[in-house]
Amino acid sequence: MNTDRIPFPSFSSDPCSSFYQFLTTQRPELLPMTRWGMLPAQQGSNELSLSHHSPPWPQGTTVLAFTYQNGVLIAGDRRATEGFQIATNRMDKVFQTDAFSAMAIAGAAGPCVEMAKLFRIELEHYEKLDGKPLTCEGKANRLGDMVKANFPMVLQGLVVIPLFVGYDQKREIGRLFKYDITGGRYEDTEFHAVGSGGKDARLTLKEHFRKHLPEDKAVRVALRALFNAAEEDVGTGGPDLHRRIFPTVKLVDRHGVKNVEDTQLATICQELLSQQGES
Amino acid sequence: MTMPFYVSPEQMMQDRAEYAKKGIAKGRSIIAMEYDQGVLFVADNPSTSLFKISEIYDSIALSGAGRYSEFEHLRKAGIQHADVKGMMYSREDVTARSLANGYSQILGTIFSQEMKPYEVELLLAQVGETSEGNELYRITFDGSIIDERKFTAIGGRSEAILTYLRKETSDTCPSLSSALQLCQQAYEKGGDPKSGLAGLEVALLDRAQTGRKFRRITTSEATDLLV
Repeated sequence: MNTDRIPFPSFSSDPCSSFYQFLTTQRPELLPMTRWGMLPAQQGSNELSLSHHSPPWPQGTTVLAFTYQNGVLIAGDRRATEGFQIATNRMDKVFQTDAFSAMAIAGAAGPCVEMAKLFRIELEHYEKLDGKPLTCEGKANRLGDMVKANFPMVLQGLVVIPLFVGYDQKREIGRLFKYDITGGRYEDTEFHAVGSGGKDARLTLKEHFRKHLPEDKAVRVALRALFNAAEEDVGTGGPDLHRRIFPTVKLVDRHGVKNVEDTQLATICQELLSQQGES
Repeated sequence: MTMPFYVSPEQMMQDRAEYAKKGIAKGRSIIAMEYDQGVLFVADNPSTSLFKISEIYDSIALSGAGRYSEFEHLRKAGIQHADVKGMMYSREDVTARSLANGYSQILGTIFSQEMKPYEVELLLAQVGETSEGNELYRITFDGSIIDERKFTAIGGRSEAILTYLRKETSDTCPSLSSALQLCQQAYEKGGDPKSGLAGLEVALLDRAQTGRKFRRITTSEATDLLV
């Protein structure tokens, strides 16, 4: 008998109140990752994912996040594309995941939405079982694990790249985490943007981002970055004043997660558009 | 070969029921009461970190009297059931009724088939969009479900508490502060006289909240409510 083993197998092997872990062991058939990931890889599927042709399923595009005076801001455009077609103009890519955190996703739209949904349940499940919410760091690590588990799907072209923001109540700061396709987690103290228009958005942020921007200025910078991305990238949707479709902008501070209202977004978008005409 | 002694099924069930009842009677009591904006839970629990009232889903809460480890087991199972169901169907499809059925199945099976019955009694509540939509279920150690209205109590001194509440409550739905006051008085009159507000664990299913309706009330908040 191995004497090194702890004599309480259930105590040591199940330390976490993780819904994701529960599904993995008890109901793996319900996990989107296993469902899609276990499909036999098609011939030339790697070619598909690495080629410049867009895959034949909807893709969510530009999302960004940066820290500001009270916490952290997260925003995304509303377009999903399918090849050269627009799949939808009203997709939401920014999700509130619990009272003090939010995430935004770029990549294959279906798995993105599934991951956001699962992550929200994961955080809630932990909070209910343990009686108190995970720390900001803990949440970021859990999301990293889920991205990691998604890797088999990445090889089939179903890439999911999230951005995670949360308000750290202990340290009293807004924090921002970015991920790579392998689940690598990197904390950023300033700004980041991902997706097809991510580079354009990052360039704008690089120019206009300042530390501790006040709330109204921060919203303006976010919209400007998305606006510029929409100008340069076909996959990113600009504001649509006629149909009243505006980017999603959420602010996470010590009071929780707040949506920026459409009326405020409309005014700023109008200003940005008129400035565009002048130059 | 020795023959086992014959014990009639009636006798066996009676013995088990007595055993379970004895265990539950040792536990402290818990009250659930409907108020005009939701459902109030009050538990006689001096601990501020080990809870007897727990959130199960958006509008559903559970509390249990009796053996803690067994309650914890059932609580976890309920949360897992609710989260899986909410993921597979939709968040609105998770109902207290189906959870109550699930608990009834588990407790009933354990009661009749296991060596030892669970020594727990459960109180499950769901807050509806209107007061008529509220649901209160009491599930006993043998798996019976009792559909309650207005208020109910479980645990050791539940009979004395219920007698007091039946006498004192009116037909109208009380406000939160009067509901809390009633529960506190019920504990003083019917239950443990020495437990003040600090000895009570208070939680709400608050209809006014969006999304998750469950909220814990701290002792200071409860004191403010009673003033």
